[in-house]
This record gives sequence, structure tokens and C-alpha cells, in this order.
Amino acid sequence: MERFAHLLDRLIYTRSRNDKIALVAAYLQTTPDPDRGWALAALTSGLDFPAVKASTIREVVATRVDAVLYSLSRDFVGDTAETASLIWPRQPTDLPPPTVAEAVEVMAGMSRSTVMAELSRLLDRLEPDGRFALIKMATGAMRTGLSGRLARTAFAQAFGLDVEEVEEHWHGVKPPYASLFAWATSPEGSAPVADPFQFKPFMLAHSLEGEEQLDLADFAVEWKWDGIRIQLIGDGETTRLFSRGGEEISGAFPEIASAYRFRGVMDGELLVRGDLQGGEEGGAASFNALQQRLGRKKVTAAMIDEFPAFVRLYDLLIDGGEDLRGHPWSVRRARLEAALDSLPPDRFDISQLIGATDWAELIQLRDDARAQAYEGLMFKRRDSVYSPGRKTGLWYKWKRQPLTADCVLMYAQRGSGKRSSYYSDFTFGCWTAPPGDGGELLPVAKAYFGFTDEELKWLDSFVRRHTTNRFGPVREVEKTLVIEIAFDSIHLSKRHKSGLAMRFPRIARIRQDKPAGEANLIADLMAFVS
Amino acid sequence: MSSGFGWLRPEKQGIYLPTVDAWIDPSIAVARALVTHGHSDHARGGHCHVVATAPTLAIMALRYGETPAAQAVDYGETTELGDGISATYLPAGHVLGSAQILLERRGERVVITGDYKRRPDPTCPLFVPTPCDIFITEATFGLPVFVHPPIGQELDKLLDALAERPDRCVLVGAYALGKAQRIIAELRVRGFADTIYLHGAMERMCALYEAHGVPLGPLALVADADLDDLKGKLVICPPSALGDRWTRRLPNPLQAFASGWMRVRQRGVQRGIELPLVISDHADWEELTATIVEVAPQETWITHGREDALVHWCSMRQIRARALELVGYDDEDEM
Repeated sequence: MERFAHLLDRLIYTRSRNDKIALVAAYLQTTPDPDRGWALAALTSGLDFPAVKASTIREVVATRVDAVLYSLSRDFVGDTAETASLIWPRQPTDLPPPTVAEAVEVMAGMSRSTVMAELSRLLDRLEPDGRFALIKMATGAMRTGLSGRLARTAFAQAFGLDVEEVEEHWHGVKPPYASLFAWATSPEGSAPVADPFQFKPFMLAHSLEGEEQLDLADFAVEWKWDGIRIQLIGDGETTRLFSRGGEEISGAFPEIASAYRFRGVMDGELLVRGDLQGGEEGGAASFNALQQRLGRKKVTAAMIDEFPAFVRLYDLLIDGGEDLRGHPWSVRRARLEAALDSLPPDRFDISQLIGATDWAELIQLRDDARAQAYEGLMFKRRDSVYSPGRKTGLWYKWKRQPLTADCVLMYAQRGSGKRSSYYSDFTFGCWTAPPGDGGELLPVAKAYFGFTDEELKWLDSFVRRHTTNRFGPVREVEKTLVIEIAFDSIHLSKRHKSGLAMRFPRIARIRQDKPAGEANLIADLMAFVS
Repeated sequence: MSSGFGWLRPEKQGIYLPTVDAWIDPSIAVARALVTHGHSDHARGGHCHVVATAPTLAIMALRYGETPAAQAVDYGETTELGDGISATYLPAGHVLGSAQILLERRGERVVITGDYKRRPDPTCPLFVPTPCDIFITEATFGLPVFVHPPIGQELDKLLDALAERPDRCVLVGAYALGKAQRIIAELRVRGFADTIYLHGAMERMCALYEAHGVPLGPLALVADADLDDLKGKLVICPPSALGDRWTRRLPNPLQAFASGWMRVRQRGVQRGIELPLVISDHADWEELTATIVEVAPQETWITHGREDALVHWCSMRQIRARALELVGYDDEDEM
């Protein structure tokens, strides 16, 4: 537990992605089973202990600490787990600190009637850092910025494996991943037998830069549909849907899961019905409509009626028990077209190929993409095998031109790592009404890239010379600097005061020539909402 | 609760002795000031007559120029202030020259701690607990979450980080008076003989410490060094210079911060600190409470810090206590 606590502590203070990977990799190399497996699961939020709630922590502390002293401390520290770990008065015990595995076992076996006593006994065996790690693990909120992908990258780095190979096997294994570690650490290295009906890592595309010229004869062209990429897995009995990150989202789209009567694995775009992206007949709505359905664990019948979902299929990975991923795209496509007949057409169709034969036509199509709510175009090599991750030369995405808006710099915060002495994370606003008519600025975007090194120096110096207020690490600046923000699209959002959220905002140009009063209005941005 | 003895009373600006018109650590310029130590929230400029230890007077002269009438006192030495009131300066263990002030009048005894800590420090003598009727204490770290780990444990973290990354330097933010010199002196005690590089704001205070008999070993200024000289080296700067443009001249600095506040993770994370060092020159919660028990005063007054928790702790033990709500004392580590 102490080594895990030390790792957790280092991760909290480390901001560089590569340094985080190195820390986790070193831990995995040097920690025995099953501790390292449980630790990995804890870091990626794969553990749940129903008996331990956030309120349990407060109640356990209250058995030993005066309520006023706890409350004053909690107010100052601002975090229950950290307050509890620091303030806990240890009672002497002869027992050594628990291993991670022991802590997991004890916590998994706790019930509502035993949790207080058992948690106290565990806390008594640990120093403050260990208590912090234990409480974070118990309540399932690590917040170390460690995504599943990053953890798998660290796993691959620790044992000299290809991360895509790790991805391939990861999703069929449960904590503490004993078979995965056995495979990774044995010299012969026989991989765990992959279940054909477990999540497969997605094949992804590189961005096509303007100069690059593909030989169109080698590539199939499709629309880049603006929904979310999903994988459908049917094993003959049940169907599960997975998002790009490998998260299961079957519960949010029951109408899709029940309509997919197919034994095999398909790759497609999840969309909701509408009259864009393919036209009035069989078309899809913009991403905005799909958002109404996202981020929900459960869905109501009314939601399904109002925003009916369907899948536009791209690829067939497993057909029956047969793995097609080693076959060329053209073969898989033919098999997908044949398989389509067995699926209900109101829930499934196929991503049509675009017959364009020259670049002039393609450029025209891309320029029209926004009006049709397509995200752009896709190029797939006809002979490409389905290989996980981004492989050069196989698939390309060619995105539509971004939208732009003139916004006013409002706040800035220092960056991390090499940027830690620069104000490089910016918040921008637009006017609720012309400033002459009493309008005020509301934040519409946060952006921290898109500028050159020279521009960053200039922006940093602007922030330092025009600071009007400080809120902890954040500086408020004079509202005088206009920045042109480029963004892919903009959507309604209840979480933001302006009611808007941009997708992929970045800094396009510094507009020193433009007075702040002439920056865009919120209403101008509303017109972009699709 | 009593407001103390007739000859001593708390004012917003400090502790006042009306019969002799003298103040202890006043936050305004006064005719006669008794100063516990050199930190600027306790030692203001502009007083006419200052009574303090010689190092404290030297620190004040460095910052504000010479005081018109400076009266140096040694630890243990008793000074008559008039009206039968005497002042004795006793070690507080906080920084070079820091003192508690024991005030006595006709058998009535009051101790004013100023800032203090209970742990050994190679730059100043150990705190001397002194029985008294009224104990006037600080409470900077007056919450039970603040328990400072042994300094050796924190310095090991620092030395490990230095050894681990020979391509970077480790930049430690440390208060320019006291904390910086204590860290250097503690490292020297542990045999660390490498040159330590300083931000320009540290230079004169380090020279002052050495002039008062605290050897700090080989020191150099960052301004005089090449980027390559600094790889694998320890650099010390004031906390305000962490993350500042000044750091761009350093080789990919690993930012550390030596402060009691680093006990709370979010404090460090928010400032972009990669290596928190829980090193404080103040008493932690256990020391604050243990000292009150040890000194066993009739009453405890709390000058500044997180006084609510300490007052509450006293009330649970039937110890008479009150918060003075003095103005102008700040949490120096937080700058």
C-alpha cells in the first residue's frame, strides 16, 4: 500500500504525460502480483466498494476527532479524503500496513454494519499518504489524470510490448489482470486467448494535410459522419455497444442493442434521425441532436421517440466466429454489404461511398460539408487491413474548414511543464450585447494551442502587463485584446453561462488591430449552432 | 475573561505597554518597539527606538536602513523598560535572532512567543519553554491537519530528486529570510558540499547569516552561471519567483516549494509544484498544543494564524484562551 501511495502522490504532482507513463511503468515492473493489478484498476477507476460512501469517511473520522476541529480543518483543506488522512489519530497496532490486495479484499467484504470498524482498523495501519491512497481507492475518485489509454501505454512500456497488442487483450480481462501480467512477463509470452466477442481497439485515421496527394485509385472515399464512433458486439445472445474509449454504452441506446441481431462485431457511426447528413430520407441530425442522448446511463421512451438513434456502418471485424481484420478493406466491405440484409433498415444502414474521381470535385464536396453537417471526408486504402490505432498511409480524415469568431481575452492561467512560466491557458468571451448598450462579456471558449512560440511570448507578456485581478492561479486581464478563435462547431450547453460550448477551439490569430468592442456577440455565435 | 494586567494590553496594531509607551511587534511605526524577529510582518520600518537581538537589528538595518536608536540585547539578558517592567529575550527557534519576549512586573509574567518552532535548527538556538501567567502565542499552523514531518525526510526527497534528474536543476522556493538558510545549513550538516545557486534576492541575507556565524558553504548566483553549470544543481529562490519569467534561464527546473502549507496537496498542485517539501519554521499543531500544556499559563492569547481551532482546543481542556485578532501579521510562507 505504501508503494502505491507513493505512486499516487507522484502522479498527483506530475503533469507531463510521459513522466506519468514512466512512473506507472516503473511501478508495474517492480510490484508483485496481484498488487500491481489492483493498483492499475484503482488508478483507472475500475474498482467499486458499495459499502464505502463519501459520508462513510466523515462518519469514521467523527468516531475519533472532535467535530469542530474536523470541520475547521475540512474547510481549510477543501477535500474530505485529504482532511481525513491528515487528521486521523492512529491507534497503535502490531499489524503491518496492508498490501493493496489485502485492502481491496477487506473493503470488498465490508457491509454497512462492519464498514466503520473495518475501515478504522485499516487506517490505523497506515501513515498519512497511505491513508490518503486508501480513502481515494475506497471512494473511487483518484483524479490523477490517468486515462485507461495512458495506463495501457504504461503497461506496454513496462514490459516492452506494442500498446495496440495490449489493447487487443486488455478488454477481456478483469482486475487484477492476472493472465495479462502472466502473458506480459513470461519469456515465451503466450497471449491470453482472445475472445472474439470482446471489445476490439478501433482503427483510427490520420489528418490529411493539404499538400498531401493521395492516388485516388487506391482509396475509397466516404463522408466523415458527425456522430460518435461505436463498436457493436453480438455474441448470438446479447449485444453490447462500446464507445471509442472502450466504455460500454449499451444502456443508453437500448433500441440499437435490441435491433442488432447479428453474431459478430461491427464498426459504425451512431447518429440520430434528422434531415441532414444524407438528406430528408434516411438522413441524420447534427451532432447537437445526438448530444441530447449522450452521457446518460438510462434513457426514457420519450427520448427514444424524440431522438431515434441508428447506426451507419463502416466495417465488419468479426463475422460469426471469423476474424476479418487481417483481410483488405475491400473484402471486409463486401462482407459488410452482404451482412446488412440481416439488419433492420430503420436502425442500420451503410456509409455510402463517394464516387468522386478528381480532387476538384472532392474539394467542392468538402466545402459544402458544413451545410450538410458532415464533419468532412474520409479516405480508406482499399487494401488496408483493420489495424488498431493510427497507422500511417492507411486511413485519412479530411475535415471541413473551421468556423471563426473574434473573442476577447478575459482570463489566463499558467501552463504546465515547459510552459509553467508562461500564461498559456486562456479563456475568451463574447458580448451579450454591444458594450455601448450595456453588454458584458461571457466566456465562450478556453484555448491553449494554435499559437507560435513568438505569439505565446507576446501573449504572456500581455497578460502580465494587463492583469487586473488574481484568483489563485488565475489572472483576470483588461478586456482589450481580441483573438480570432477557430473552432470546428458550436453547440448549446447548459453547463456554460453563455449557453454555448465550442468543439476544438484554438487560437487562429491575434487581432491587435481590432477594438474589443467590435468582437463578436453571443448572438453571432448562436447563428452557428447547428 | 480578563484583558490581562493593567500594564499590558492587546491593541489591533500589537501588544502595548501603556505605562512606558512601548509596543511589541507593532504593525505601525512607533516611538519604542520591542521586536521578536526580522520577518517584515513583525519588524516594520520607521520606529525611533528598537530593542531586539543583534541579528534582528542587522536584518532590519539591511531592509530599512539604520534605526535611529537601536538597542541590542543578548538571549537571557534583561532590560528595564521603566515602571518596574523588565523584558528578557529568550530563544524562539524560528530564524536567526528570533526571540520570545518575557515581560515581568512585580511577579506578573507574560511571554510573547513571536513566531516559534520546537525543532533543532542549525541557524538559531532551540526554543526555551518559560513558565508564565499569560502566554501570547502564534497559531500559523493551528489546525490538527498540520503535523510537520522530520526535516531529514523532506531533505532526502530533495536529494533524491537531484540525483534522479542530472539533466535538470531542482528549484526550491523558500522564504528569503530563514527558510532558505536553514535548508542550506541542514544540507551542509548532512555533508552536501556542492555549490548551491541563489536567486539575487537571497544573496545579502545569506551573507548576513554567514557574518553572524552560520556557515553556508559554497554559494553562487544564478546570474553569474551558464545554463550548463546549473544542470543537476540545487537553486534556491523566493517563493514569488517560482513559475516566474526568471525561471526561463534555468535548465528545465523541477519546481519544489519548502513550506508547511505543502502538507495540503492542493496547495502545491495549484501552483504547479512538482516536489512539495513540508518544511516549516513554525510550530505544528502538536507542538502548539504541547507547548501550552508545558508552559501551563493562567491564560493563553493567540496573536495570529488559525486561532479558532486552538481556542476551541483550549476550551475543551478548560484552558482560558482568547484570539487577539491583531492586524498585519500574515502567513509569510504563502507569499
